[in-house]
Amino acid sequence: MVRTRRHTVLPGFRLTMGYTIFYLVLIVLLPLLTLPIRSWELGWSVFQATVTDPRVLASYRLSLGAALAAAAINAVFGLVVAWVLTRYRLPGQRVIDALIDLPFALPTAVAGITLTTLYAPGGWLGRHLAAWGITVAFTPLGITLALVFIGLPFVVRTLQPVIDDLDLEIEEAASSLGATRWQVLGRVVLPYLSPAWLTGFALAFARSVGEYGSVVFIAGNMPMRTEITPLLIITQLEQFDYARATAIAVVLLLLSFLLLLLINGLQSWAGRRLST
Amino acid sequence: MALAFLVLFLFVPLLAVFTEALRFGLGAYAAAILQPDALSALRLTLLAAAVAVPLNLVFGVSAGWAIAKFDFRGKNILLTLIDLPFAVSPVIAGLVFILLFGRQGWLGPWLTDHDIRVVFALPGIVLATVFVSFPFVAREIIPVMQAMGREEEEAARVLGASGLQIFRRVTLPNIKWGLLYGVLLCNARAMGEFGAVSVVSGKIRGETNTLPLHVEILYNEYQFQAAFAAASLLAGLAIVTLVLKVVIERRLQRAMAVPGDPL
Amino acid sequence: MSIEVRNLNKRFGSFVAVSDVSFTVASGELFALLGPSGCGKTTLLRIIAGLETQDSGTVLLSGEDATTQDVRQRGVGFVFQHYALFRHMTVFDNVAFGLDVRPRERRPSKAEISRRVHDLLGLVQLDYLHDRYPTQLSGGQRQRVALARALAVEPKVLLLDEPFGALDANVRRDLRRWLRRLHHDIKLTSVFVTHDQEEAFDLADRVVIMNRGQIEQEGRPAAVVDDPATPFVMNFVGNVNRFVGTVSAGRGHFGDFAVDYPAHTAADAHAAAAYARPHELRVSRTDAGNGFWTALAHVTPAGPVVRLELKTDDGRLVNVDLARSDFDDLDVRPGDRLHVSPQRVRVFLE
Repeated sequence: MVRTRRHTVLPGFRLTMGYTIFYLVLIVLLPLLTLPIRSWELGWSVFQATVTDPRVLASYRLSLGAALAAAAINAVFGLVVAWVLTRYRLPGQRVIDALIDLPFALPTAVAGITLTTLYAPGGWLGRHLAAWGITVAFTPLGITLALVFIGLPFVVRTLQPVIDDLDLEIEEAASSLGATRWQVLGRVVLPYLSPAWLTGFALAFARSVGEYGSVVFIAGNMPMRTEITPLLIITQLEQFDYARATAIAVVLLLLSFLLLLLINGLQSWAGRRLST
Repeated sequence: MALAFLVLFLFVPLLAVFTEALRFGLGAYAAAILQPDALSALRLTLLAAAVAVPLNLVFGVSAGWAIAKFDFRGKNILLTLIDLPFAVSPVIAGLVFILLFGRQGWLGPWLTDHDIRVVFALPGIVLATVFVSFPFVAREIIPVMQAMGREEEEAARVLGASGLQIFRRVTLPNIKWGLLYGVLLCNARAMGEFGAVSVVSGKIRGETNTLPLHVEILYNEYQFQAAFAAASLLAGLAIVTLVLKVVIERRLQRAMAVPGDPL
Repeated sequence: MSIEVRNLNKRFGSFVAVSDVSFTVASGELFALLGPSGCGKTTLLRIIAGLETQDSGTVLLSGEDATTQDVRQRGVGFVFQHYALFRHMTVFDNVAFGLDVRPRERRPSKAEISRRVHDLLGLVQLDYLHDRYPTQLSGGQRQRVALARALAVEPKVLLLDEPFGALDANVRRDLRRWLRRLHHDIKLTSVFVTHDQEEAFDLADRVVIMNRGQIEQEGRPAAVVDDPATPFVMNFVGNVNRFVGTVSAGRGHFGDFAVDYPAHTAADAHAAAAYARPHELRVSRTDAGNGFWTALAHVTPAGPVVRLELKTDDGRLVNVDLARSDFDDLDVRPGDRLHVSPQRVRVFLE
């Protein structure tokens, strides 16, 4: 069957399309455009001096590194959680499943102060961890932990429908052909899940790179050591140094935009893979 | 084992919010919530959401209609652009409005001349809130409308219905749960936004403080119990959101599972 | 109301959906557009309805050019392939919809709408289900609701897209009989699209057979079956055996048999193919002349007829249908030699 582009007799295309573009440009595109334009006005030397400042570089390294680590942890952990929640019936499943979305629904500031209180040296959990010699709060470890909290739903929610669609028969077919459990997992299940898995990873990463509210309390915010990029931008703003803030931010924005393109590419890849 | 850890990881923070909030008993809790600054922060949060959610709702429906019911070039680019606010750091979302409307911003001098304040005032907070909650309704409604197809609308058209009649009598009943779902998520984000609002608010107590900012200020002033009391309101919002989400999801699945065709 | 289609063209990008199509449907006729999937028949139907716009050509409804008419002004009833019933409305509300959405000055009163809906539901024998939702109905019932809904606005033409496509075989047969009776009673000009030749020939007064956007043949069912105009129609309408060969000087030569072909009198040989339906081949145990020898490969009893699969000496398969009694008289079993002589063939130049 040849796929044909269907003309439609439904009305309202111009009106809704026009409004969609107008609102998108007004609320999102125009404001975001100011950032590259303002940083262009700074001139290359100012821009370069700002973004290669050791303190700024350290913040990029920290934000990227912690986000990457958190996304990796979530990729592994999220896969297990998604698998268990989809494939097994457990007591309290509904509640647990709903709880997965808590990091979405809980305002980031609340998550931030709560995690800090829990993992601070004297806190409920920090106390026990301190006994093992592990300090979480006010270290890069704490930042990563907060980002794991924020990013978990992205991996789980991206994987769940795909695991749900994965026909048990396919696994059974692989087993009947003589594959071991590990072979079934490695050669049938994971390749099938990989587009969604990568998408979930990228979504968690993208969210974590720019995250502010849940991280800022637990980070400790020491320049060069635990100062994330979004906080550095705010610090510049509070000193009314708009030029530096703009330059630092435009790099972060560019990174986010690239990640978004990557995610969309991954999703259409996943869509094509699953539609065949 | 994995789940036990999960419960610990997700549930304990939730429990901690309420434990800390009630540390000095109900009286202290009530006092913290009823102090004028807390109430005015709550009012501002509700106001910002009350503006942002309807605006983004209208946008979401409009974008859904254009994208799901018609074919055009560049649809994928449009979808990517709608996703932009998801990917942008909230701090940047706040920053761009400062660059536009702040005293050193492009429109700053003009605004100063006309005695209009955007940044460090209500309009800035609303703008930042609209920005960060922008994609939520559209992102939920577009797949639902796409899954519904166009045949029912076409059938209504052949039977003589006008555009508005088609939308109100055929489309809307089919997408109402998806719409509600989007509104729920949009609202949660609008009320809970911290980073973007924190940049544009100026944090003037009793004036430009939203509830999440109020939490931060109290926390930074070491008024932990009061901070958690205010936070418990937001955590309550999160719980309500999660419960409603489960309810709506179930209705949505039922609505989507109803086959238009018997294959 | 009559429908006339003149030189219609429609492309989707580089894909030609409809190519220079013309035909006329007389008032009160039941007309079929028949063809394989992707042949452009649904696009054609949607253009007639006004759901799709042609690139060039005209559609005349009752002799009037409908090109500039909106789908709402054309007065057509359209039954969608998957029915497109409004899933959140009851059967009654579905059927009433077209009357309900009329502007106030043309809208019948509530009581009048109710009367008409119940009349229509009576006509499709579903009045007892008027408060059900589409999901609570079987496929055949949905189909009839869709029909009642299309008829409610009193269309001048009824257009049906694969009306039985999504139904089980026996439901399909019942509905077909029922639709034939309904059309006989209301005499509404109707066009339906189908890929099922049996359906088209059983129902339609006339059919158009389409392939790759073009009309291959138009005519009454009996004429099309008896006298296919092209190799495509020959293949599409029932099973057929194909023999390749040449024609020259008024004779066609196809291996071991030859037939007259007066249309080609030139002496030079031209490539051609001869087509014979399975029941147009005679088999015997002895050489009956003008034929070829085969070996019986397989026998499939199919009720009153028996299908034989024969293998020629150079390995090609030939299908032959025999009456049961003739097969019994022949008394053969797989492996036996049988002589095949075509009784009736149609030759097409290639």
